[in-house]
Amino acid sequence: MSHPFQRSNIRPGEWIAEWSIRLVASVSIIVIFLIFVFVFREAATLFTAKSATNAPAEVSANPSSNDMKPDTYSEEPDVYNPEAEEPSTASGEPGAPGQFIRLSKNPRYPHYYNPDTGLLPDDIDDETAEEVATASGDSGDILSRLSGDTWQPVGETPKFSVLPLITGTLKTTVIAILIGAPLGILAALYVAFFAKPRVREFVKPTIELLAGFPSVVIGFFCLVTVASFIQDITGVSYRLNAMVGGIGLSLAVIPIVFSIAEDALSAVPKTLQEASLALGSTEWQTAYRVMLPAAAPGVFAAVLLGIGRAFGETMIAIMATGNAPLTSLSPFEPARTVAATIGSEMGEVVWGSEHYGVLFFMGVMLFVFSFGLNAITELYVKKRLMKKFQGR
Amino acid sequence: MAKDFPVKIEAHGFNFHYATKQALFDITLTIPERRVTAFIGPSGCGKSTFLRSMNRMNDLIDGTYVNGHLMIDGVDVYSKDVDVVTLRRRVGMVFQKSIPFPKSIYENITYGLTLNEKVSKSALDEIVETSLRKSALWDEVKDRLHHSAQGLSGGQQQRLCIARAVAINPEILLMDEPCSALDPISTGKVEELINELKDTYTIVLVTHNMQQAGRVSDYTGFFLLGSLIEFDRTRTLFTSPSQKETEDYITGRFG
Repeated sequence: MSHPFQRSNIRPGEWIAEWSIRLVASVSIIVIFLIFVFVFREAATLFTAKSATNAPAEVSANPSSNDMKPDTYSEEPDVYNPEAEEPSTASGEPGAPGQFIRLSKNPRYPHYYNPDTGLLPDDIDDETAEEVATASGDSGDILSRLSGDTWQPVGETPKFSVLPLITGTLKTTVIAILIGAPLGILAALYVAFFAKPRVREFVKPTIELLAGFPSVVIGFFCLVTVASFIQDITGVSYRLNAMVGGIGLSLAVIPIVFSIAEDALSAVPKTLQEASLALGSTEWQTAYRVMLPAAAPGVFAAVLLGIGRAFGETMIAIMATGNAPLTSLSPFEPARTVAATIGSEMGEVVWGSEHYGVLFFMGVMLFVFSFGLNAITELYVKKRLMKKFQGR
Repeated sequence: MAKDFPVKIEAHGFNFHYATKQALFDITLTIPERRVTAFIGPSGCGKSTFLRSMNRMNDLIDGTYVNGHLMIDGVDVYSKDVDVVTLRRRVGMVFQKSIPFPKSIYENITYGLTLNEKVSKSALDEIVETSLRKSALWDEVKDRLHHSAQGLSGGQQQRLCIARAVAINPEILLMDEPCSALDPISTGKVEELINELKDTYTIVLVTHNMQQAGRVSDYTGFFLLGSLIEFDRTRTLFTSPSQKETEDYITGRFG
């Protein structure tokens, strides 16, 4: 029996489309979730596994033997040639800086003395033994080695302090945002409210093109041009420093802040602009007293994404900052960011080693930081901003 | 038409062009001071364009130009030495859509005041109260002055926009279909308000609602296809129009 509202036949095209959308959407959500799980799991090995996984074979092998092993001096690998029978003559003239001179006065180790460090081999031996003892401890010691202020992941006693990396990230990010956010927002204001349509049609795509610019090119530009420029005007001793890196990062930040802020500003109803102008305000007053507050959530999101880009950016940070893990707050000293460290060291780290775990741990740190930033914004700052700007 | 009133606004052969087409043809009229003048006519007839010419809101649209004269107190508003910002402070405007700023009620009203000068807190408080009283909104909002203006109802928002406009104490108040989005009760309140405000301000009103024009205005102009067909006392225009088109329109034969 048929009636007017009978279900029609299945429409196969719509059915397929609907289900493929569901499938693709579910898969992408699952993939994102799995990425998180993977990163967290790898980072967790740092704390769960004992130091046996580190396999620091040469370290643990060393102190027991009474004979001085060449590997002990791996911090000066260029100076000391382990293959040579006579170290003092192996790599150039005797007595050159950093070389080990044969010295027969020491009763225990008659052969070697390092004039640079002033250490006799038995001093080195004591020190090394101590450090090795620390290194081969259990996971509690990993935490203690995460503190300190030296990032020296490869070596006799690897030091995994993330402090210099966090300092570096902080420095470059702050510089990048201090430069990038105002420029991006002002450019967005100009394009949204002041530029003639023809100018807007030209400027907006051009700046957005910069967002898709390969960061290696920006890094190269900073490495070559900006670095020289900064050195010329400030006369700093380190050509590549956090300032150059920050400027490079701001080049990546500006188009993002601009693009999103401009969208937010353009989405504010034009009637609001008219209403403000009709009250006898200038265009500039309208822009920053009415339009900018009305677009505040969007502009704020733009700045947040800019921050995210600044501390997540890897290539510019590797190329333009000097990439040296110094614990210093001076903007004119080299810096090294967390992302740059992961980017440059992940490729050659021993799979599953402690170093590997630390790199993943830093990845998790980046993730937690950006997640926390967004959460704080969403829950707290935005509300206060809204209240302040929009009287809610 | 006899000039039995002090003239506030005067147009002589005023033409207005958008980039591609002419919107107003040779408008000549005089608008009296401290009276309500209404413009009626079908959509697209140019009445809003004319209204927005008076405070040069049309400047925002690219490619517009004018010729002829449009004078307020004898000064051509389109002459080169007119400061648009000062002009707009003297010629306030209320729009069709009520558009409170995304700020508190208090800040909405003080916005225009604090743009160019520092006004003391007590003076601001006083102006906020008088403006809200003038627009018959004070009793409804006095307990939540610092709440967002966007939480008000549509009718309240429109009265807030009127309060915002009168707070900067203009001489002329332009109203572009101020009641078209309001329910009859809110419309009644706004109309009452117009009646009270006309003692202080010269009000020019654009409306689609002929009954409204009949109720609140002293003078009415009828626009058709960019031309001013007829301008007269409201009573005269509605009871014995001199032009055939006017009669057709007000009797509902078209439009």
